[in-house]
Amino acid sequence: MGKTLFAKVWESHSIGKLANGQTQLLIDTHLVHEVTSPQAFGMLRDLNLKVAYPHRTFATVDHIVPTDSQVSPFSDPLAEAMIQELNKNAKEFGITYFSLSSGKQGIVHVVGPEQGITQPGGTIACGDSHTATHGAFGAIAFGIGTTQVRDLLATQTMAMSPMKVRRINVDGQLRPGVYSKDVALHIIRLLGANGGIGYAYEYGGSTFDGFTMEERMTVCNMSIEGGARCGYVNPDEKTFEYLKGRNYSPKGDAWNTAVDQWRAVASDKDAVYDDVVNIRAEDVPPTVTWGTSPDQAISVTENVPTPESATTEPGRISIQEALDYMKLPAGQPIKGTKIDVAFIGSCTNGRISDFREVAKFVKGKKVAPGVKAIVVPGSQVVDVIARQEGLDKIFNEAGFEWRNAGCSMCLAMNPDKLVGDQLCASSSNRNFKGRQGSPTGRTVLMSPVMVAAAALTGSIADAREVFSIAG
Amino acid sequence: MALAKITQVSGTAVHVTGSDIDTDRIIPARFMKCVTFDGLGEFAFYDVRFDKDGKPTGHPLDEPRFKGASILLSGTNFGCGSSREHAPQALYRFGFRAVIAQSFAEIFFGNCTTLGIPCVIATAEDIAKLAAAVDADPKLEVVVDVANKQVRFGSESFAVTIANTAHDALVSGKWDPIGELLEAKDAIQGRMEALGFAKA
Repeated sequence: MGKTLFAKVWESHSIGKLANGQTQLLIDTHLVHEVTSPQAFGMLRDLNLKVAYPHRTFATVDHIVPTDSQVSPFSDPLAEAMIQELNKNAKEFGITYFSLSSGKQGIVHVVGPEQGITQPGGTIACGDSHTATHGAFGAIAFGIGTTQVRDLLATQTMAMSPMKVRRINVDGQLRPGVYSKDVALHIIRLLGANGGIGYAYEYGGSTFDGFTMEERMTVCNMSIEGGARCGYVNPDEKTFEYLKGRNYSPKGDAWNTAVDQWRAVASDKDAVYDDVVNIRAEDVPPTVTWGTSPDQAISVTENVPTPESATTEPGRISIQEALDYMKLPAGQPIKGTKIDVAFIGSCTNGRISDFREVAKFVKGKKVAPGVKAIVVPGSQVVDVIARQEGLDKIFNEAGFEWRNAGCSMCLAMNPDKLVGDQLCASSSNRNFKGRQGSPTGRTVLMSPVMVAAAALTGSIADAREVFSIAG
Repeated sequence: MALAKITQVSGTAVHVTGSDIDTDRIIPARFMKCVTFDGLGEFAFYDVRFDKDGKPTGHPLDEPRFKGASILLSGTNFGCGSSREHAPQALYRFGFRAVIAQSFAEIFFGNCTTLGIPCVIATAEDIAKLAAAVDADPKLEVVVDVANKQVRFGSESFAVTIANTAHDALVSGKWDPIGELLEAKDAIQGRMEALGFAKA
C-alpha cells in the first residue's frame, strides 16, 4: 500500500511519542515574525534557554510595517516597540533576519519560497495560520501558537498529532477569467469553513499540475480558511525549476541529490487517502464572498442568499447576521455593490504573477472616483521586480497607490485600515468582522483581477465583462 | 516542571452564541501590538462588547449577572482563523478556565490545551440546554469534569468529548510539553544530522 507525502514526511520527522500520545515532531524550518514571537523569546529568557538550532529559524517583519513611510522610528510607537523587540531578539539569539534594510523583507510566506528556504519534504512551522502556503512545494507546513514557537526555538520540535489526509482533485481547464484564488474560495464554499478540521489537504489533479508555483501557493495559503491546518501539492518539475538557483536552494551535486529525494517524497500512485473530493475546473466561477466567513461565497453572477434559504435555524441566524453586518439586501445580486476601497496584496495574492496579471488589465485605465485603491507587494524582492518591469507605474497611472512590502490591509495591524463601514474588494484571505481594521468594516474576498474590476468600476463587477475576457 | 493536574473546572458559565467565532473576534488585531500577553483580558471580544464610541453594547460578557463566569459556551468551529495565541491568552486573563463548544478550530484547540484550558465538545442540544439553565440561573454551578468527560449542572449532566491526547495531558499535568521535548535532545541532534539540517 502506497504512502502519502504527508505520511512520509511525518515519519521522517517523528522523534518519538510523548506521554500523552502525541508525536514529538521535528520542524526543520521555523519562520518567525514580529507579532507572535516576542512572548516566545521572553519565555526562553525566563527558562534560561537558548535557541537550539538558530540557523534553522528565519525571521522577518511583515504584520506591523507601514507601507508608506518605513523610516525608523515608525509613527506608531507600539509598532516601533515590536520591531525593536524583533531586532533585539534576532541579534541576541543569532537567528537569520530579513530586516527592512536587507532587501529581502516581506510577508513571511512570500519570503520563504522566494529565498528557496521552503523545500519539498520538509516540515515548516510559523506562528501564523497561513503557513500552509509553503505546502505548495510539497512541505508539511502549518501555523502554531506562541507557546509552540517557544518549543521550536528551544528544541526544534513540537508536540503534534497526525492528521487525516483528504485528497482534493481539481481536473480540467479553468474558464477564462477564473483564477487559482477562485479555486481556493470554491473549495472552501463546497467543504465549509470547518470542513477541514482534522485534515491535511492534498491538492492535485490536472488543474493543479498546470498551475504555476505561485498559483499553487494561493490555494495552499487558504487551506486554514477551510479549517485545514495544512495543505500541500506534491512536488514536480515545476517545483524544482522554481527552486533552482535560489539563495537557500542546494547547489552543485547537492542539488541533484536533493531533487532525487524530493521526487521520492511525493505521494505514491497507490497512496490511500482518508477522503477524496473531486471538482471539475469548469464548474469554478469567479467567486466572491458575501458574508463574514470565507465559506459564505457565491459566483459573482449569483444573488446573495436569503435567510429563508437556510435548511437549519442556526444556518438562518448565521445568514441573517452576516447580511446585517455586510449591509447587503437578501436575495439581491452581489454584482453592483458599491465599494470604497480596493486592496491587492497579502500572502494569498501579493506575488509578482498577481501584479503582472492585473497590470495587463488596468494599463491605461482609471480607478473609479471615490475609490481608494492600494497595491502592496508581498516582499521587497517582488517590489524590485515589479519596478523593473514598470508595473508600479502602470498601477500609479491608473490611480492605484503602489506601496512598500508588508501584510498591510489584510489584517490592518499597520496604518492601512478601513474607516467606519467602508466596503473593501480585497485579494486577501479573511472576511471576518472587523478584519481590515475597522470594527464595522466590510470585506469582500475575490481574485486580484476581480479586485481590479471593482476598483475601476467602483462596484463589485464581473471581471470577464469589465475586461472583455472571452469565455 | 510541575504543572497542575486539570481534572475538572467548576464555576459559572456564560453563552456567546454563534458559529465560526474567529480569533479576530476574540481579540482584534490592533490589541496584538504588544510584546507580552499581560493586559489582554480586558480586550477579549472587544469589538462586539463596545461600540465605536466605547459604550458597552450589552454583550453577555458584560452583563452583571454573568460576571465572574469561568466557563464559556459557544457553537461550531470556535476559535477559527488566525493562529494567534493572544486569543486564548485573552480569554484566560478575562477569567475563562474552560470552553464548551460544538467544535473547535485546531490551532486554537492546541493553544488552549498548552495553556491548560480544557476545550470540550458537546452537542448543540446539550449546549442549548445548559445555556438555558445558565440563563435562568446565572449563578448555577457548572462542572466541566475533564477526567470523566462529562459536564454537570444542577441535577443534570451530559457527556462531552475531548481528544485523548489533550485529555491525558490535562489530567496528568503535562499540558505544557516543554520539559518532555527538551529531554529528547540527543535524538533531535541525530535526526537533524540525518536530515542534513544540523549545520548551517
